[in-house]
Formats: sequence, C-alpha cells, structure tokens
Amino acid sequence: MDGSSALALILSGDAALFAVVRLSLLVSLSAVALAAVIGLPFGALIALTRFPGRGAIVVTLNAMMGLPPVVVGLLVFLALSRSGPLGSLGLLFTPLAMIIAQAILITPILAALTRQVIEDLWVEYRDELTAMEAGPVTRVAALIRDARFSLVTILLAGFGRAAAEVGAVMIVGGNIDGFTRVMTTTIALETSKGNMPLAIGLGLVLIVIVIAVNVLAWSVRHWSERHAG
Amino acid sequence: MPVDVKARSASGAKPATPGIRLHDVGLAVAGTDILAGIDLEIGSSPVTVLLGPNGSGKTTLLRLLMGLAQPTRGRIELATDHDGRCRRAFVFQKPVMLKRSAAANIAFALRAIGSGAEPERIQQLLAQVGLIAAAARPARKLSGGEQQRLALARALARQPDILLLDEPTASLDPAQSKIVEDIIATVAASGVRIVMSTHDLGQARRLAGDVAFLVRGRLCEHAPAERFFARPSTDEARHFLAGDLVI
Amino acid sequence: MSLRKLALAFGAAVVMTASATLALAEERSIVVASTTSTQDSGLFGHILPLFKAKTGIEVRVVAQGTGQALDTGRRGDADVVFVHARTLEDKFVAEGFGVKRFDVMYNDFVLIGPKSDPARIAGGKDIVAVLKAIDQAGATFVSRGDRSGTHAAELALWKAAGLEPQVAKPAWYREIGQGMGAALNTASAMPGYVLADRGTWISFKNKADLVIAVEGDRRLFNQYGIMLVNPAKHPSVKKDLGQAFIDWIVSPEGQAAIRAYKINGEQLFFPNAAAK
Repeated sequence: MDGSSALALILSGDAALFAVVRLSLLVSLSAVALAAVIGLPFGALIALTRFPGRGAIVVTLNAMMGLPPVVVGLLVFLALSRSGPLGSLGLLFTPLAMIIAQAILITPILAALTRQVIEDLWVEYRDELTAMEAGPVTRVAALIRDARFSLVTILLAGFGRAAAEVGAVMIVGGNIDGFTRVMTTTIALETSKGNMPLAIGLGLVLIVIVIAVNVLAWSVRHWSERHAG
Repeated sequence: MPVDVKARSASGAKPATPGIRLHDVGLAVAGTDILAGIDLEIGSSPVTVLLGPNGSGKTTLLRLLMGLAQPTRGRIELATDHDGRCRRAFVFQKPVMLKRSAAANIAFALRAIGSGAEPERIQQLLAQVGLIAAAARPARKLSGGEQQRLALARALARQPDILLLDEPTASLDPAQSKIVEDIIATVAASGVRIVMSTHDLGQARRLAGDVAFLVRGRLCEHAPAERFFARPSTDEARHFLAGDLVI
Repeated sequence: MSLRKLALAFGAAVVMTASATLALAEERSIVVASTTSTQDSGLFGHILPLFKAKTGIEVRVVAQGTGQALDTGRRGDADVVFVHARTLEDKFVAEGFGVKRFDVMYNDFVLIGPKSDPARIAGGKDIVAVLKAIDQAGATFVSRGDRSGTHAAELALWKAAGLEPQVAKPAWYREIGQGMGAALNTASAMPGYVLADRGTWISFKNKADLVIAVEGDRRLFNQYGIMLVNPAKHPSVKKDLGQAFIDWIVSPEGQAAIRAYKINGEQLFFPNAAAK
C-alpha cells in the first residue's frame, strides 16, 4: 500500500518532490566541485613530494575519510552561527552552508584516494619519466591525465557520500521547507511525521541516484580499460 | 642527474664522438657492494655489450650510466659532442607504457625534450620500429614485443647520443628479437653509441663491438669483441663462454 | 584535455547556479526559530504562503525543540522565535534576548497510549493521578527528552505528581531526545504512553494502535508565544521584517488564518492573541 502510493507520488511529478531532488543534486554536486578543486591537487602534491611529517599527514587524511557527518555539521554550525567567528557572513541555514559542510566532509576522501592513485601510478612511471627527463609540471600533468578515469571514479564516490548524508546538512541547513530541505532531511522529517509514502518515495529516488552513480563509475572504468589500457 | 660533464680531450679541442668514462666507480647499498672498482670507457666502438651472470650488476651499471642512480664511490664523466651536449636514452627491460595510444607515447617523449610533436616525426619513428599500424592503439594493449619496440621508438625520439638498453630482447621470440636487433644495428650505424646488456651470447657475438664482462659487481674483463670471444684472458670469461655457471 | 575542460565548465556552472540561488534567496526573508510540533502539524505550510502573498516576505522556519529554538535566538541565528513554553519565553525576554512576548494561539496536550492500556488509565480526567498510576504500574512511558515545550510541560506534570523520572531514570521511562513525530513512532512501536500536543497528534499519519488516553485536564493547556529577537543584542536581526511577521500573526487576518487550518475538519490551534 505504502509502496504503490510512493510510486504514484514520484510518477505524478510532484513539484515539491522535484524541488527537493533538485536542491539535493545542486548541493552535493557543488560540494564535490569545491572539494575537488582543493582535494585533488592536494592529494597529488602529497603523493609526489617527500617531507618530514608526510607519513602523519597520510595517516590523518585516511582517518578523516571516516569523519562523522554530524560532527562536521556541528563544527561548521558553530563557525557559521552569528555568535561564531564567521557569523557576519550570515551563511547559517542557507544552501551555501550545506555546500561548505559537505565539501569539508568529502575533501579528505578525494584527497586520500587521489594520493593513493597518483602514488601508485608514480611508482609505475617514475623510472620512465625520469629517463625521459620530464620536468615536474610535465610529470604531474602526465600522472593526472593518465589517472583521469580513476579520478572520475573518485569524484563519483565523493558525490555518493555527499548525496547520502543527512547529519551535516540537517544541522547547518535547518531543514527549512522550500529552502534547505534535501532528500535525506526530508526522509528523516517525513518518517518522524509518520508520512511513509513520501519518505519511501524519496528513499527510492535516492537509491536510484546512488545506483546510477555506481553504474556510471563502473562504466567509466570499463570504458577506460577498453580504450586506454 | 649530476655528473661531471667535461670535454675528454685535454688539448681543448672538442671530440666528435660522445662517450662515458667511469673512474673507480662503485655503488654500495646498505653496506653491500653492488658494484666496485669499475674503470671503464664507453664509446670506443658503436656497440658495447655488457655480459655476465645474473646478479653481476649489469642493470645497475646501466642505470649509473644513465644517471638514474649515483655512484657511492668514484666518478662518472660524460664526454660531450661538438654541440656541447650528451643526451642519453634508456630502454628498460620491462618498459612501462603511458596509458595512452602508441603515437601519444612518442609524442610525450618528444615534448619532454622540448621538441615539437609533429605528426610526421611521430610517423617516422613508428616506421623506424615497424609500428605504423599500431599508432592509434592503446599502448598497454600492444604485445610484449610491440611494447619493447615502442619503448625503443620513445628512446629514439630523444635523438640520443648514447642509447642504453637493458636486455632488450629478453622476453621476445626469435622473430621479434631479429626485428629489434636490426633496429639496433641501424641505429648504431647512424652514429649513436649503444650500450646494452644481454644474456644471449649469440646476440652478443652478432652485435658487440666491444664487451664488458662483469662478475659479482666487478669488471672482470673489457676487450674488443673478437678478442673477447676468441681469446678471453680470464678464467671466469672462459668458463662463461663455455657455458658453465660462473659463481 | 577536452574531458578536463568539460569538468571545469561543469564545476563553474554548478557553483554559479548555487550562488545565484543564494543571491535570490537573500531578498526579503526572515528566519523564524520554531518548534517541531508547530512544523509537524503542517500549520506553517498553511499560513506562511498567505503571509508571503500579502507582504512578499519569505519566512524560513527552522524547526527545533523549544529549548533549542530559544538558543538559536540567543545566538542571533534567527530573527523571530515562536515557541510554547511560557516560563522559558519570559526568561528569554527578561535576559534581554527578546524584545516583547505576544500570545498567539493555544491548543492542548493529550496523553496518548496503546489501545491495550497497560496502566488502566484510559478515560481518566486527572492527569496527575494518571501519571502516578503509570509510575505505580511501571508502564512504558516515552519522553521527548529534548528541552522542547512539550518536554517542559511533561516534566512540570510529573513534578505536580511528586515524581522526577528524568532524575530517577526507572526502566519504564524512555527518553529519546527527539521530536514529537519520532516520540509518537516510538510509542507506537514499543508500545508506550507519550504526552503529545493535539496538533501533532491529529496530523500524525502513523497512529497504528495508539489512541488518546487522557484529555481535557486544565493543566494540559498549551500556549504558544512569539518574540522578536533583540536587535540590540544582535544587530544582524531583521527587525522590520520580523516585526511585520509578528504584527501579522497577531492581527485579525493572521489569527483567522490559524483558525482556518483544519485536518479532517478538525481545528488544530485556537488563536488567542490579545485584541488591539
């Protein structure tokens, strides 16, 4: 009974549902873009340089992959509150706060995985690139270019993590109807209201998105293996 | 790759042929000598072949000659040609292909030395190693022999004065080996100095101008090819040429 | 190469859309910190569009427990606070965080319980006696435990019965630290008794075997109040827009809107703002 009314809700193209899905995608995609701009170069840098304390940074990055979203949400909340250090920006309870929180959450994931991928490729390429006298910029560009399919997969993983979390966006967004309400927070809210059809409907949409992201990641790997070895 | 780059001729006139001289070179790792006491001059003949049993230090010597490793003792001197340069290129025993097409691999090597990656140049290099048909194929999907040849093309793209090859036909069948040997011979004939290691005595006889014979990290014998094969002057060399295990 | 360009373009587009969305949203809007019971009842979905149509002001409601909503006001993260715990609201104004408190509407609390009624208190008229009976019987009782208005009311009733289960923590007293909907879900599942505001109860869609066990006691009266956050404490407060909302909600028009909100023909909230 609940399942069929959930489906009916999705198929009827309910405007509120659509708006919620759209905001979810916007927030998580923006967060991935922001995290990528910071995380990918940082990960590549760590992969290719040696300096004292590098080992500690690698371990910390890997550990931060498991940052609990709700803790990130709390820290960003305290920072962005009017009574907090960045309060004058007036960002609390806005989509931008949600983007920032999710970006903080997934930057370590992107950086740690990029480091791993680039470092592995560097181990393979090092002798050849040295023998070909490739300069530092050429080397980094070659590694990033040849690792591009793995990097895309990493981005998709980051997106999946962002789209599925509820703790951070709930705290810094405030779950405001029509403004900061996303799929995950709506599912939590509607469940607590006992409104199962809508909660299940959104749950299905979210699962479909997560599956689609994984299928896309698989296709990218598959295509890359066939065409670039 | 910091090495002495000096003109060899004391008279001041720059020599026409490139070469490398090793003075009492040694490489020790964790207290163990991989190579020791190597006094060697490369470049007197077009093709120098490094011979010796497994573990004798051939690969290490090649890496030192390339500048991929630094000696812990002694000194390596590069002789520059009349342009004041001495460019070296290396073909690894198991070459690593970049994850792109064969042609793109060569293009990369060209750009790395600041040369333009013109399609004609790439085609010419591919033709030189017989890989025109494979130009657009992903390099990692080529066969072992094709990858070896592509690595050779990448090295030649650098227009090297000295070409170093580590067991270039070790994993190839006789037909593929012949193709590679022909290319090496052609390259040597064009004035490039070749230094290569090999297990294959027949190949050494076919290609060598002079032979450097290594045993357990020491240069046991260095002689022009005919003399080495006909009248080796050390016991180890005699045993090696007779097919015995030299321990 | 083209893949990278594509990615860059995509990233730029996303960030631009995001900032555009935000810029638009900044226009004429206020943040109201209110309670989960008011939100869960669906009242805001009904009255806020009316306010926006009249004034063009967008009201963004952050729904939390009363205690949390007041803290949001204290931190200056909201412009208006709209909750239902008189004592705490008066304290808020006394401390200087609120400008002035206005009555808005009332409803009542009801004691919800399973149809099976393990403590045998259904139909009772004396809430204090009923709570004592629950304590005696050791019947499962779900508490919101989240410093909300409902939670404050619940603790006050236990105190009137001479009991402090939140301190003694007997096994039958289950504090969940969540909103009204979650508390009702939990009471339905355990099963157990729970104090709820009538508004949320009426609009709750997962009633299962729960029914109203006790209602009508005068001590179950639940008054809602609204306050403007003091701009003297937080200059960022949008005092004109915030005051406009308060003025509207206590006006005959706003009060009528509250009165008109019904679920299945049943009115949830009873407006009682002081007539001007």
